[in-house]
Amino acid sequence: MTACLLAIVILAACSTQAAQPVPLKSGVEFASADVRSLQQDDFANPGMLWVTRGAKLWLEPAGSDGKACGTCHGDANRSMKGVASRYPRIDSVSTGLINLEGRIQQCRERRQHAPLMAYESDELLALTAYVASQSRGIPVNVEIDGSHRAHFERGRAMYYQRVGQMNLACTNCHDANWSKKLGAETISQGHGNAYPIYRLEWQAAGSLQRRFRSCLSGVRAEMFPYGAAEYLDLELYLAWRGQGLAIETPGVRR
Amino acid sequence: MSLARIQVPASAKRGEVIEVRIAIQHAMEAGFRYDNNGRTIPKNVINTLVARYNGTEVFRAELGSGISANPYLQFFMTAEASGDIEFSWVDDAGERGSERAAIVVVG
Repeated sequence: MTACLLAIVILAACSTQAAQPVPLKSGVEFASADVRSLQQDDFANPGMLWVTRGAKLWLEPAGSDGKACGTCHGDANRSMKGVASRYPRIDSVSTGLINLEGRIQQCRERRQHAPLMAYESDELLALTAYVASQSRGIPVNVEIDGSHRAHFERGRAMYYQRVGQMNLACTNCHDANWSKKLGAETISQGHGNAYPIYRLEWQAAGSLQRRFRSCLSGVRAEMFPYGAAEYLDLELYLAWRGQGLAIETPGVRR
Repeated sequence: MSLARIQVPASAKRGEVIEVRIAIQHAMEAGFRYDNNGRTIPKNVINTLVARYNGTEVFRAELGSGISANPYLQFFMTAEASGDIEFSWVDDAGERGSERAAIVVVG
């Protein structure tokens, strides 16, 4: 009898954790009409300035052999289709979990023998946005099994861990209170399917890790540096949690 | 040089009114923000933008600190002859930029 009750309690506890929000909604659905129409307009969308720059960088030779991304990968709209929907991942070359930015850096370092671009630099954002935009409309679909499992578990733990002076976890806003208001803003479900985005608050494009740092700063927690393993694990968890949502890069958010 | 994107219809009929749009990547620093040391970040916005159609000025804008970063402008003009629409701009720091787009006019 007590074993049954215990099992039920454990099952109940598990079902409230590590679940996808229902119904699954992209951040754009919580945005105002103005922001939504800005995202839909491929010319007015300010994020497209970075995508266009990325398209130029794709063709620019770099490194000791003077190879451009396009030298090996050809037309991005063919070769990069679907790529962003599978990241973060541990690929055949990387030794750890990498996101799309990391994959681009890996190519620069090992294939092009070119200097790395700084995280959150204009160039890296532009290339990442360009590559990710080739997957627009394709549902996020990441692996969490095998060697990814440990990263996924750590990411999940971080998502549910209360942090900061305000003692809040991601779940407190993005599961318990999505669609409700925080000040004048509507809380989204916290997915990463539109990143890199153009954020009106930043008046610039930015990565998902920049958004994490904004949230950590918002709850008055210490921010990890860009590229931290904690962010990568969290990116993987978020991608799993938002799987099925279409890539929207470049998204526009407030 | 700041990146700019221009959108014009690929082709138009002679005398047709067409929509021209431009988006420029520029921080448009308003001059009201402070850095981490409390010093004002100096104002630096695109202050003048001119559009020339086959050499003739068709549009001019004087922008100020009220215009957002990465400005987007749009205007209408009449298509007369095939050629180029060329935009040029200058910001408070003296940085110049330009971009052009071709338009084919039929009839």
